[in-house]
Amino acid sequence: MTPIPAPPVLLSALTPVLVILAAGALVLLLDLVPPRDTKQHLGGLALGGFVASLLASVWFWDADLRAFRDMIALDNFALFFNLVIGYAGALVVLLSMDYVRRTGAETGEYYALVLFAGSGMMLLGSATDLIVVFLSLELMSLSLYVLAGLFKTRLDSGEASMKYFLLGAFASSFLLYGIALVYGATGSTNFDKVAAALAGKAPDGLVVVGLGLMLVGFGFKLSSVPFHMWAPDVYQGAPTTVTAFIATGSKAAAFAAVIRLLFSALRSMQPDWTVLLWGVAALTMTVGNVVAIAQSNLKRMLAYSSVAHVGYMLVGLVAGGASGAGAVLFYLLAYTFTTAGTFGVISLCGRTSGDESVDVRDYAGLARRHPLLAFVLSLFLLSLIGIPPLAGFVGKFYLFGAAVRGGYLWLVVIGVLNSAIAAYYYLRVIVYMYMREPEEAIPAGLVPSFAGGLALAISIVGIVLLGVMPAPFANLAVAAVAPLLK
Amino acid sequence: MIGLVSLVVFLPAAGALALAFVPRRAEGVQRWGALGAALLAFVASLALWFGFDGATADYQFEEIVGWMPTFGISYHVGVDGISILLVLLTTFLSPIALGSAWRAIEERTKEFVIAMLVLETGMLGVFVSLDLFLFFVFWEAMLVPMYFIIGVWGGAQRIYAAIKFVLYTMVGSALMLVAILALYYQHGASTGTFTFDVPTIARWVMPPGTAQMLMFLAFALAFAIKVPLFPFHTWLPDAHVEAPTAGSVILAGVLLKMGTYGFLRFCLPLFPDASVSAAGLVFALAIVGIVYGAWVSTVQPDLKKLVAYSSVSHLGFVMLGLFTFTPQGLAGGVIQMINHGLSTGALFLMVGMIYERRHTRLIDDFGGLWQVIPAFSALFLIVSLSSLGLPGLNGFVGEFLILVGAFQVSGWLAAIATTGIIFAAVYLLWMYQRVVFGEVRHEANRGLVDLTPREWAVLVPVLVFIVWIGVYPTTFTGKTQASIDALIAQVQSKASVALAR
Repeated sequence: MTPIPAPPVLLSALTPVLVILAAGALVLLLDLVPPRDTKQHLGGLALGGFVASLLASVWFWDADLRAFRDMIALDNFALFFNLVIGYAGALVVLLSMDYVRRTGAETGEYYALVLFAGSGMMLLGSATDLIVVFLSLELMSLSLYVLAGLFKTRLDSGEASMKYFLLGAFASSFLLYGIALVYGATGSTNFDKVAAALAGKAPDGLVVVGLGLMLVGFGFKLSSVPFHMWAPDVYQGAPTTVTAFIATGSKAAAFAAVIRLLFSALRSMQPDWTVLLWGVAALTMTVGNVVAIAQSNLKRMLAYSSVAHVGYMLVGLVAGGASGAGAVLFYLLAYTFTTAGTFGVISLCGRTSGDESVDVRDYAGLARRHPLLAFVLSLFLLSLIGIPPLAGFVGKFYLFGAAVRGGYLWLVVIGVLNSAIAAYYYLRVIVYMYMREPEEAIPAGLVPSFAGGLALAISIVGIVLLGVMPAPFANLAVAAVAPLLK
Repeated sequence: MIGLVSLVVFLPAAGALALAFVPRRAEGVQRWGALGAALLAFVASLALWFGFDGATADYQFEEIVGWMPTFGISYHVGVDGISILLVLLTTFLSPIALGSAWRAIEERTKEFVIAMLVLETGMLGVFVSLDLFLFFVFWEAMLVPMYFIIGVWGGAQRIYAAIKFVLYTMVGSALMLVAILALYYQHGASTGTFTFDVPTIARWVMPPGTAQMLMFLAFALAFAIKVPLFPFHTWLPDAHVEAPTAGSVILAGVLLKMGTYGFLRFCLPLFPDASVSAAGLVFALAIVGIVYGAWVSTVQPDLKKLVAYSSVSHLGFVMLGLFTFTPQGLAGGVIQMINHGLSTGALFLMVGMIYERRHTRLIDDFGGLWQVIPAFSALFLIVSLSSLGLPGLNGFVGEFLILVGAFQVSGWLAAIATTGIIFAAVYLLWMYQRVVFGEVRHEANRGLVDLTPREWAVLVPVLVFIVWIGVYPTTFTGKTQASIDALIAQVQSKASVALAR
């Protein structure tokens, strides 16, 4: 019997992921020892984990490592996503430190789960094998399912967790089925080998069905229409900081996997998936924006708005090429800062009863009580609308520019008209903050928090910098997608 | 080293940034600081004016700094004979608008002056941008402060008006963005240079056809909403009536000009064939706007609404002049842009002054004002006459030139447009008669106070220019003539289809 050769181990290709995993394990250990009444130090440790991972990602830029028989790649593409996810994780931890204590949910495992979810997200960016894609997706998702149900005593939190889990499990099985079909058709789960097997011939039915099933699975994670139904309930029920992580990190990670899969493994099928994504993008933008208009709960509104933003990013995928994929990466970076900031403000606005303020009416007159906070939230909302010179505008400009270049003029027209529709519901929040007086006696109050303030400051700097000086970041994004298009 | 144009553009924004750190209780500092910043920008723009050489059609005081080199986007600003007038109009009206709000805005002064200053930077940026991307940035960014000015300090229906204003503009500019991108790629594909630089693209002759027409329409829609050209004007009465006086002055005085300026700077030189073939459509809409705006003004019971609808009529004249493609028509259009800014701005100022005293704008609530506040009434007369185009005042010069241009295109066109002037006399003089002449019908009007020194200071500069342009317009047309001639030559040489004669 011949021994099974052990795959070569190159742990350095996993450094950013391992750093976060180590931080997570350390958090679990330290959770067992005093002090027991506060977990702030664990938050600090989690923050340290994300920052260390960010530094490691910068260190490995241009390293282009491959390991574990090409199951893992630490190329610039993965590193770019490590940066996005690292920022998202760090911002979420900063916002959480005060939030979870105030809401009475401060536990050590919260930070551990955030770290584990983060490691899954980063691994997803590095995955160049369908099995690793599936494993990292589950690592990320299982952690997030638990995090969504963090408020054990709240009904809507439990509902969020349950829905997220059930529908997520469904989606995972679709994905797995798709992976199985692609494996059956090509004989490999490795991206490069799949690409080689598909190159130069017409795709057979098995692969097309496999592609479709995988897109269903990813569509769920991305919350693209028609697989977006879970988003509003989960966004609403989950703790706000967890919502922020779901909206930023998990989306970025899912996009990382989708882009790598479509642009490298399934590149020869571009005509097939372009047609599919064209329709999904148009539908996702429109449904997200139109339904968001009807929401008065801020978190639900942002859920639909995030659906719409996924639609914009899918436009970039349809456009294809370095400009299209690069635009998606840039947009994800911009969207991460903007969305983390928006949810950050919401997490800082508490009601006097201790709950957070999530109804748009709670924000009436906020500009008088907390001018700075209202101004900051306005900036985030304006960036979400896409008003220059903020990050959201430049992001949309790159996306739509790539699509016009690709000749998808009608999709762009749908996209820009959608951004005009979107202005309505974002502006409504500003209307409440600046132009209306509070109706009842339970308006939103500010809960001061140094860490939260720091997170908001970083986000503001991020969206202004990306809006005014986008060139270096756009170049970075284009450099990041270069390895996929070789 | 920062250039003069950038200095003018960003002085107000710098002032706004500085004022953000002044405590809100120090309202005096806020007001004076904002006025100081606006006046400084005006002084700086005077340096532009005197340094500007009217003999050449080239862009002057140009500044180019690479911004996003991979996309061919640069920070490219500069002025020509057309934009210099609008820059000056903006820097001139902004301090006046701030002065008019001295007493009217009591609440949240800090936010108000900051919004006004940011707005000024946005408007100036629109007029000096020579890069399509930069232009679009200013064009969109300018919406935000105006949205706040209407929505926070406006009247009872302010929120509705503010959102309507933003959504209208955003829908228009959304399609313009698509057209900008399409233009960028088409120009790049045909010449090999991918750039958003306006002078570079303007040198390129775009092949006529559907693509050019569609791009023209996308640009034109954005600008037509801003002008506003009938039937895209419905946001205007709401925004004007609900905005505070200072907002109305800026809205009428400068913001609407961004639309007509857009036609001049982008539609005509970039899409000459489409512009020429669409001239008939524009004429029709402009004529309808002229007559319809005048008729609707006539029956308005509210002073501010009357002035608002008169804008639709006046801007119809400007559009008529621009699309005649004659030197007279274009010169008249440009001068009329300035005139409308001054006259209508002044009308809004005076309506605002009387509103501050009586808290009503209904014509029926006044009457016999000459007996009580003669100085106000006299100035109101001059402003009204200027708006209706009395010879010797500014309005006449512009309308006359436009009609000369229109007559060269078609006698009928000029004839119908002329009725607009007659109706203007009807609605303005009838309004004036009901407000100022006759007996004092309401006791509340007996106690009215005449113009205060601050109000004199706000009005007199405007009146000076109203008379100046009326008597000796060459001061101003002299700077623009070369640019206008060059523009017409450009359209003529590029347009492959025959000019509509």
